[in-house]
Amino acid sequence: MTASKRYKEFLHQAWLSIRLPLTAIFFGLIVGALAMMWVGIQDGLSLSQILNLPLTAYRTLFNSVFGSFYGFGESLVFLVPLILTGLSITFAFRCGMFNVGAEGQYIVGLFSAAYVGFTFNGLPAWLQMITAIIAAAVGGGLWAAIVGWLKAKRGVHEVITTIMLNYIALHIYNFLVGSKEWFKADKFQGSHAINPAIKIPQIGLFSPSRAHWGIILALLAAIIVYIILWRTKTGFEVRAVGNSNEAARYAGISVAKNYIKAMLISGILAGLAGGIHLLGTQARAASMSAFTGFGADGIAIALIGQNHPLGVVLAAFLFAVMKRGAPLMQAQAGIAKEVVAIVQASIIFFVAADQMVKWIYKRRKKQVKEVASNE
Amino acid sequence: MTLAIEMRDITKRFPGVIANSGVNFQVKAGEIHALLGENGAGKSTLMNILYGLYEPDEGTIFINGRKVQIKDPNTAIKHGIGMVHQHFMLVEPFTVMENIMLGAEIANRGVLDFEKARSEVLRISREYGLEVDPEAKIQDISVGMQQRVEILKALYRGADILILDEPTAVLTPNEINDLIKIMRSLTKEGKSIIFITHKLKEIKAACNRVTVIRRGQIIGTLDTGEATIEMLAEMMVGRKVILKVAKKELKPGRSYLEIDNLTVRDNRDLPAVKGVSFQVRSGEIVGIAGVDGNGQTELIEAITGLKKLEQGSIKLMDKEISQLSIRQRYEEGLAHIPEDRHKHGLVLDFDIAENMVLQNFYQKPFSKGQFLNYNEIADYAERLVANYDVRTPNIKVEAKKLSGGNQQKVIVAREIERRPSVIVAAQPTRGLDVGAIEFVHRRLVEQRDAGDAVLLVSLELDEVLSLSDRILVMYGGNIVGELSSAAADEQKIGILMAGGQVSEKGMM
Repeated sequence: MTASKRYKEFLHQAWLSIRLPLTAIFFGLIVGALAMMWVGIQDGLSLSQILNLPLTAYRTLFNSVFGSFYGFGESLVFLVPLILTGLSITFAFRCGMFNVGAEGQYIVGLFSAAYVGFTFNGLPAWLQMITAIIAAAVGGGLWAAIVGWLKAKRGVHEVITTIMLNYIALHIYNFLVGSKEWFKADKFQGSHAINPAIKIPQIGLFSPSRAHWGIILALLAAIIVYIILWRTKTGFEVRAVGNSNEAARYAGISVAKNYIKAMLISGILAGLAGGIHLLGTQARAASMSAFTGFGADGIAIALIGQNHPLGVVLAAFLFAVMKRGAPLMQAQAGIAKEVVAIVQASIIFFVAADQMVKWIYKRRKKQVKEVASNE
Repeated sequence: MTLAIEMRDITKRFPGVIANSGVNFQVKAGEIHALLGENGAGKSTLMNILYGLYEPDEGTIFINGRKVQIKDPNTAIKHGIGMVHQHFMLVEPFTVMENIMLGAEIANRGVLDFEKARSEVLRISREYGLEVDPEAKIQDISVGMQQRVEILKALYRGADILILDEPTAVLTPNEINDLIKIMRSLTKEGKSIIFITHKLKEIKAACNRVTVIRRGQIIGTLDTGEATIEMLAEMMVGRKVILKVAKKELKPGRSYLEIDNLTVRDNRDLPAVKGVSFQVRSGEIVGIAGVDGNGQTELIEAITGLKKLEQGSIKLMDKEISQLSIRQRYEEGLAHIPEDRHKHGLVLDFDIAENMVLQNFYQKPFSKGQFLNYNEIADYAERLVANYDVRTPNIKVEAKKLSGGNQQKVIVAREIERRPSVIVAAQPTRGLDVGAIEFVHRRLVEQRDAGDAVLLVSLELDEVLSLSDRILVMYGGNIVGELSSAAADEQKIGILMAGGQVSEKGMM
């Protein structure tokens, strides 16, 4: 194939895979608009006010991110962990596993980084920072590898084990950072403070937002995941098992080993999400009253991103925008921030109902054809 | 004579293909009419139109001279059309009776009237010689019996015209003879039968007339009396076909594959292979004949490593391989054309290139260190696609988008090009058309001639007979007979397959 032909083919493929999520997002926004208008009707607003509601709301959402460097920087803060958890779920999914446990792996990663961050203060700061990041990866990876091992050796379904391990992680975490005998700081609801010198540096351009250079690590992770999946032997095996574990077995590929390997890598990514988010934005490992939601969002992001690293980055950005903009929508446009949850949910619904969207495209094609044949 | 069915100028288009183009098809009342064509020629489309599963874009259908519109299968059934699908549509844990009644229950104020239904079923089964045990559960009866249940189901619903879709694909030779008898008794009672097939011999044996369809068009309709098998094959494929593969003289070398006292359990943990021993020598094809479910699948899976063996030994070129991993067995020189190409043979979402290196992607030159070398893989795949005549726009096409014949060519190419010494071929031509069968057979014989040992397991007796140098018959997990190709014939093997005895003459 010539270079230009290859390029065209690539663009065509990219369009084919992107048009479904784009359509879903479009419909998601429409459903969100309808929800807002319905609320407007309940509040007894006039017709023009009602029609204006969604426009104001979406304008606020847009401006909250693209209106200022500060706003954009704040969305980057969410983007980092969302990319990483999205990649985590993507990787497991490519091996045929549904990792509902990114949430727990995130917590384990976050704690591991914090532990290094408030314990090994004798190390040079750069080394302590790298150690903390590696600890996050190892912690999250091993936590997830348990799931892979149980599936490979005992046939336990990963959805069950990951959900259980999420709760175990959350409660052990809160115990560790919440009890004085362990790591609780005086006067703070959380662990001892991590060494401020090992915080990931912030990006000056977006100051005074909390945006930090961890975004580079997240984007790097996306590239590495792409390379592993489509350029290496490991990726070949993982994808073969994910597409058809029977055919992979026939081909001499160890299904069990790949379950463990894929969960390990998936957990590393989720663990990194926790570790990097901590080192970028927090002073300590704060106690959590509930899950952060990054793991659950990762599932939606992987789904919308079609389990492709590039798609994940784009979908994660969409979610980051909504996470950043939702509170402002409430404050500035008077729209309950839960409407954003409706938008998110409907996007996921339309992606999951991809057959419906495909049907729309098919119908359109058919109509075009019929028009052509009538002429 | 009246026409039971007349389909006039039927055209059916799918996106990108014309499945039927101006098809005219006539079935006389009381005849057995074969519809012959390769896979994808349009036979199934035509029959699905008749059965109301598709609506034709153009054309009209007449049943007993009356113009009808068949919108769905229920309308078809009302017009007296019954269809027996290739894959049976039976509820396994239900009894024969329950399956026949299902969807056409006789009820008395909401309560099923089993007595009335039973007497009706028994009447039909006596009338046409379709003996079944109405109380037996489907899961406990043979495939041949299940087929009878399907036929009964159609008759119970008042079918006068029966469409049988590849009915012999799953049957033993004896069961095929029984089926032909049943078909005759049905036509004697005035029923008409459309018999879809691509097996030429059966047409000669069973049918009155045959219509050949190729690429969506009718090539011709003949009385079977006038047609020869060669003629039909040529009409079907569109060129001369060599039905008998030319083999060089048998020159067996040393033993390449040696199975000794092999015992394997099946998925339900019951003994499926019970102490089997045999060997395959260099330069010979050993065929294993047998009715499906007599341990052949388990035997192959044990040899290839998909299933653990309970005891016994498997030696490949004098090396014990029974404890090796699947990958190690391939490295020792084993090739495996699997029984189920969708489940095992291909990763359907992978493209052709990736499927071509499914087992050896980790070896040089396809990868270096941890990285795959896609240029090498592409070159290799291009070469195999060309040499093995895989019809595809390019090697980036996903395996699932290929036709069955081309999928099988990908597998055969991949297995042979790994330069094995032993090839285990399980049902290598299942569901393929004549052209593709010819191709696969020729390649297997070429490998034999080149000195490979080939173990062929097939439910197609013709295939075993025409390819094998020696034939083993499996029954109930044992090898119950061994015949040289010279001494073997369909009848002898048929008796052994059914668990019978053959006189010592002709046994090796």
